[in-house]
Amino acid sequence: MSHVLSLLVEDKPGLLTRVAGLFARRGFNIESLAVGKTEVPGLSRITVVVDVEELPLEQVTKQLNKLINVIKIVELEPSQSVQREHLLVKVRVDNATRSQIIEAVNLFRARVVDVAPDALVIEVTGDSGKVQAFLRVIEPYGIREIAQSGLLAIGRGPKSISERVGKN
Amino acid sequence: MATDVTPRSAARTTTTEPEVLTGSGAILRSLEKLGVKDVFGLPGGAIIPFYDELMASTTIRHILVRHEQGGGHAAEGYATASGGVGVVIATSGPGATNLVTAIADAHMDSVPLLVITGQVFSTLMGTDAFQEVDIVGITMPITKHSFLVTRAEDVPSTLAAAYHVASTGRPGPVLVDITKDAQQGRAPFVWPTKLDLPGYRPVTKAHGKQIQAAAQLLAEAERPVLYVGGGIIRSGASAELLAFAEASGAPVVTTLMARGAFPDSHPQHLGMPGMHGTVPAVLGIQESDLLISLGARFDDRVTGKVSEFAPNAKIVHVDIDPAEISKIRVADVPIVGDAKEVLTDLIAAYGQASAGGRSDIGPWWKRLNTLRENFPLGYTEPEDGLLAPQAIIKRIGELTGPEGVYASGVGQHQMWAAQFIKYERPNSWLNSGGAGTMGYAVPAAMGAKVAEPQRTVWAIDGDGCFQMTNQELATCTINDIPIKVAVINNSSLGMVRQWQTLFYESRHSFTDLETGHETRMIPDFVKLADAYGALGIRVTRPEEVDPAIKLALETNDRPVVIDFVVSRDSMVWPMVPQGVGNSSVQYARDHAPEWAEE
Repeated sequence: MSHVLSLLVEDKPGLLTRVAGLFARRGFNIESLAVGKTEVPGLSRITVVVDVEELPLEQVTKQLNKLINVIKIVELEPSQSVQREHLLVKVRVDNATRSQIIEAVNLFRARVVDVAPDALVIEVTGDSGKVQAFLRVIEPYGIREIAQSGLLAIGRGPKSISERVGKN
Repeated sequence: MATDVTPRSAARTTTTEPEVLTGSGAILRSLEKLGVKDVFGLPGGAIIPFYDELMASTTIRHILVRHEQGGGHAAEGYATASGGVGVVIATSGPGATNLVTAIADAHMDSVPLLVITGQVFSTLMGTDAFQEVDIVGITMPITKHSFLVTRAEDVPSTLAAAYHVASTGRPGPVLVDITKDAQQGRAPFVWPTKLDLPGYRPVTKAHGKQIQAAAQLLAEAERPVLYVGGGIIRSGASAELLAFAEASGAPVVTTLMARGAFPDSHPQHLGMPGMHGTVPAVLGIQESDLLISLGARFDDRVTGKVSEFAPNAKIVHVDIDPAEISKIRVADVPIVGDAKEVLTDLIAAYGQASAGGRSDIGPWWKRLNTLRENFPLGYTEPEDGLLAPQAIIKRIGELTGPEGVYASGVGQHQMWAAQFIKYERPNSWLNSGGAGTMGYAVPAAMGAKVAEPQRTVWAIDGDGCFQMTNQELATCTINDIPIKVAVINNSSLGMVRQWQTLFYESRHSFTDLETGHETRMIPDFVKLADAYGALGIRVTRPEEVDPAIKLALETNDRPVVIDFVVSRDSMVWPMVPQGVGNSSVQYARDHAPEWAEE
């Protein structure tokens, strides 16, 4: 079963190695990983999707918590959070297929971000289901290239993961 | 600004402005501020600037080792014997990689270690420079934390943080890699008033509700066992453990890492559990209805087949490391906290919980006492007429006494030293429990003797282990560190040989070392001792054992090496074969039915 963990971490050299190495060492498989800055200078956020059962999840969370540069970990339940993937896909087009593909783009509320005579680059944002569904629709036209981000997730409501951090 | 400087304000400036030091000077000043008295190390190109400063130190004793691994284990022995922090220093590249085994060892056994390595110039890092290795990267999985310092001004705060992380919470090794330009640079020396570790908050005080739940379970239990691990020793909680055990009357077992945490002479002590544990300890756990784990981690050498481990026991698991709780066996009552504080709280809570009466554990003790009577620790005399290794180790313990320190290598002699020496106090037994590092004994004993010079320190070593690190005898002789080494010389890698005998149809594949009886005796350990300036004694007959040990105890002007030439056929018993449940414990080989294939 997939779980989405959000890690608030100190932005230190080697941090990603520590996190990734821990997963590898303890035998946990990372499905997706996204890293970026936060609203607090010096702090980064890692969103990691891991496929484990409940008990190993507890173990991996505890082990991550032991990393000195990891400040906080929360598990984001799908119902309590907004979860998004970002996909850039280059698809083959010709005069016959262009309008069909653009129709699919509009249906999925995706966007064409680059146009060439025989190719389009399309960006699509959404949860995993939407992104995968879009790919299935355009696949028959000929996908030339894909670049996909890790899952991003943020809790719903007013609370922030960085609340009370650095104030103790 | 310069125009309005008055003599008065100038004076004030000199008192408040921090002194400017080189990065190297800052390392030395930081170590002094941390109260470090002794360090082990070996210089090289990337750490020369620091060694130049160290030469002038009047407060820190540096012991020049012959191999960095020896320095690492010495720092471990120092930390383990004293309860303090061990410090080891090496240069970049191979100097640093030679520390890796010792760092891994300290990581497995939660030994507080501050490891300082020199690194090439920061401008050269990543270019495959001479003696460059990414030691921070290499040691990431085996350190509690690590730091790379590239600027002189970061030295004090980093070393302060490293020392804090190493010594608090669940202790462990922390590596600080310092580039040569950081050592050579100059910066004001500013000692941090507050550590910048927002992600590091070890919990020491446990949750009151869980404490009460544990106390209640103990009051209700009919067959409780206190399963004591090395955390009790690291926490310094032996006195609290004794009080808790006596208040509850519960039997106690001490793991390999916890030997000495509870007195062996105490009537409630059942001995060591695990693969080579006593029958009462192993079966006591198996038959228990409540297991209170105190600073132990359900190691596979203790549990055997986990699904068959203590099948009817509820588990109370006390550990300062939350990740240990329910890692192997799900705890019914998880308690995160420092053992010393938790035990103090447990004693009080148990007093309340048992005030209204408690279950009768009399029948339980009757059962355990029967096991003790029927299955005492023992050994059989070897059939080849050579010395029994167990007898020698037992006599070393008896003639030296509980105030001594005993460091062992890894293998049969380690198990015999854990079984046949009687430990009465914490920090008297040093060994490589988790990592199983052959070669630990001599350098660890050296470190222990530096930390506790007034104590007699033995290295109980094997002929295989001894050959891995005996170069530190030179360090011992030259620096006046008179340790005593008992080489239990069975001319083989004995524990591997035992497994080959038992599980591989006696096919003794590459376990013969030719150091012992009826071999070429390469090397001759007595001559080797002599070459190192140590007193070498060879013992081959029973009547020579006591006089040799006594001579060793009387010789304190140099190290002593006794080559005890023993039978190679002696085996470690009892034994639970790997991969089976602990109920299959075998008391001795004659008592062993057919062994299942591993």
